[in-house]
Amino acid sequence: MLEWCKLLRGKRQREHDRTLSINIAGMELRNPTMLASGFLGISQAIFNRLYNADVGAIVSKSISCEPMEGYRNPTAVCLEGGSYLNAVGLANPGADAFSSEIASNPYVPIIVSLVGSSHDDFPKIINKFDDLNILGYEINLSCPHVAKMGMEVGDDPDMVTKVVKTVKSHTLKPVVVKVGIGNVDILDIARAANDAGANAITAINTIRAMTIDIESGIPVLSNKIGGLSGKSVKPIAIRCVYEISKNVSVPVIGCGGIFSWEDAVEFMLAGASAIQLGSVIGYEGFGAFQKICLGLKRYLERKGMKNLTELVGLAHKY
Amino acid sequence: MPININIIRSVFIERVLNETASVKTILFKDRVSSKADPGQFLMVWIPGVEELPMSVMVADEEDSAAITIRRKGIGSTALFNKRIGEMLGIRGPYGNKFKIAPNARTVLLVGGGTGLVPLIRLAAKLNEMRICCTLIIGASSKREVFFENTADAVLSDTKHKIIVSTENGDYGIKGNATDAMAQVLKEETFDSVYTCGPELMMKKVLDIASAYSLPIQASLERHMKCGIGICASCCIEDKLVCKDGTVFCEKQLSKLNEFGMFYRDKTGRKIVY
Repeated sequence: MLEWCKLLRGKRQREHDRTLSINIAGMELRNPTMLASGFLGISQAIFNRLYNADVGAIVSKSISCEPMEGYRNPTAVCLEGGSYLNAVGLANPGADAFSSEIASNPYVPIIVSLVGSSHDDFPKIINKFDDLNILGYEINLSCPHVAKMGMEVGDDPDMVTKVVKTVKSHTLKPVVVKVGIGNVDILDIARAANDAGANAITAINTIRAMTIDIESGIPVLSNKIGGLSGKSVKPIAIRCVYEISKNVSVPVIGCGGIFSWEDAVEFMLAGASAIQLGSVIGYEGFGAFQKICLGLKRYLERKGMKNLTELVGLAHKY
Repeated sequence: MPININIIRSVFIERVLNETASVKTILFKDRVSSKADPGQFLMVWIPGVEELPMSVMVADEEDSAAITIRRKGIGSTALFNKRIGEMLGIRGPYGNKFKIAPNARTVLLVGGGTGLVPLIRLAAKLNEMRICCTLIIGASSKREVFFENTADAVLSDTKHKIIVSTENGDYGIKGNATDAMAQVLKEETFDSVYTCGPELMMKKVLDIASAYSLPIQASLERHMKCGIGICASCCIEDKLVCKDGTVFCEKQLSKLNEFGMFYRDKTGRKIVY
C-alpha cells in the first residue's frame, strides 16, 4: 500500500513537472522561470542553491573577456513601489575565472551571458565555455550604462547582425539575444537578431534612468545614470514582448518586473515562452521561483490547460 | 505608513568622537537604526563618493545610532572627514543578529579593529540581560586601541572583564587577540563565544572555540553592493553575507570551506587570503 502511495506520488509529481516543462530554443527546462542576468550570478554554490529552489534556468552575470571591477557604490538603489535602479558597470570575473568557477557544474542549467566591446571578443569568450556543461548563451546587447558595450552595440542593427552571426558561427549551442529600450526601435533590433540566426529573444533589459537625492542635490548612483528594473518597467516589457513575439519567428523570453504568477501569466499571454526573474528576489528571496511555479500550475489547472505552451501568445488573437 | 528601510534616509551628523588617529565614531539621529539588533549593518551613502556597509554602533542618546569608521580607502576617508551637521544617506538596518541563548551566564567576546563595533552593541544587550561578559580587544599597538572605556561604560551594570592585547606588547597582553583568548580559556569557562574582526583572526577564534567545544557566532565581512540579497557580490559559498548573515554559527562556519581561505574581489574572482 505504502509502495503504491509512493509510486502514485512520484507519478503525480512527474505529471506536475510536465505541465510546466518547456522546450525553448532547444533547451529543455523543467519550468519556465529563469534567473535574469545580473542577479546572484557568479558562484557555482549559489547556482546549486538556486537549482534546489526550483529555478528553471540560470542566466549568469554578463561575462567579458577580461575581469571588470564595475562602478563604485552606490551601484544599486531601491525605489518606492518595487523598482530598482542599478549601474553595476558589468562587474564580472572575466571568462577565465568564471569558466573555472563552473567547470565542474554538475547538473545546473546555466546560460552564460556574454558581453563584448567588439565582435572579436565573443569567440574568445565562447572558446572558454563551449565544452562545459552549460545550456547555451545569452548575448547582452542592451546594458544601458556602460560605454561601448551592451546598448551601444544593441542600438545598431548592423552591429547586432554581425555579433549574432559571429556568435552563431562559433557555437552549436542555442544563442539567445537580450534586447532593450534604446534609441532604435526594439522591433528592428529583435528582427535583426532573429534574421541573423538567434534562437530566442529576451525582452527587455533595464531602461536608462536616474534618481537624484533632494537633500544633497547629488545623483545617487555613482555612475549617475543606470538601468531601471522592477514593477515600473512591467507594462513596457509586456508591450515589447507582445510586439516582438508577433513579428519574429523565434521564441521570446519575457523579462521586466515579474513579481507574481499573475505577472508571469500576463507575459505568457503577451507571447513569452519563458520568463526571467530578478528584482523580485529582493522581496521574496530564493523562494520566488517556487512560488511563481506553484501559481502557474494552479492557473493552468483552473483554465483546464495541459501545458504552458497553450498559454503562450493567447492575447494575440484579440 | 511603515518606513521602507530600503529607501535612503537623510541623517545629519550630531557628534563625532575621535577613537584613535585613524578611527572615528559618528553619531546621528535615526529612530530605525537606534533599534537595530547587535550584528546588523547599515548601508551608508557618502553623497557623491561611495556607499559602504557599516555595522551599527551604540549611541548614548535616545533615537540615535552611530557608525565607527577607520580611514582607509576613498570612501572611508571621505566619511572620516565628515563634520558635524553634514549629511549622510543610510538604508537598513540589514542582516541577521547575534543570538543569545536564554540560559547563557558568561560569554566571551573577541574583537579586532572596527570588528569591535557589533560586539559593543552586543555587549550593551548582554549588560541589559545581566550576562557576565569578558571582552578581548585586539590591536597592533597601544595607539590603535579604542573602545576600552566605551566597553566599560556599556557593561557597567554587569560583572565584566576587558582584556586588551597588543601585537607589539606596549599595552595589555603581548600578542594578538587569539593568544589572549587561548590564555583566558585556560583559566575560565564560558557558555559561548562571539567574534568579529579580520577573517583570519575569526578563523582562529573558531578553531580555539571548537577545541573547547564552545558554541560560537562570527560576524563576517565580504565585498557588498546591494545589501539586500540580489547581487551576490558578498557570497561565501552558497550563503549571502548580507541576507543570510552577517552572523554565522559554528555549524554553518564549519561547512563554509571558503571561510578564512578565500574572499571575492570587486570582479567576483576568488582571492586567497
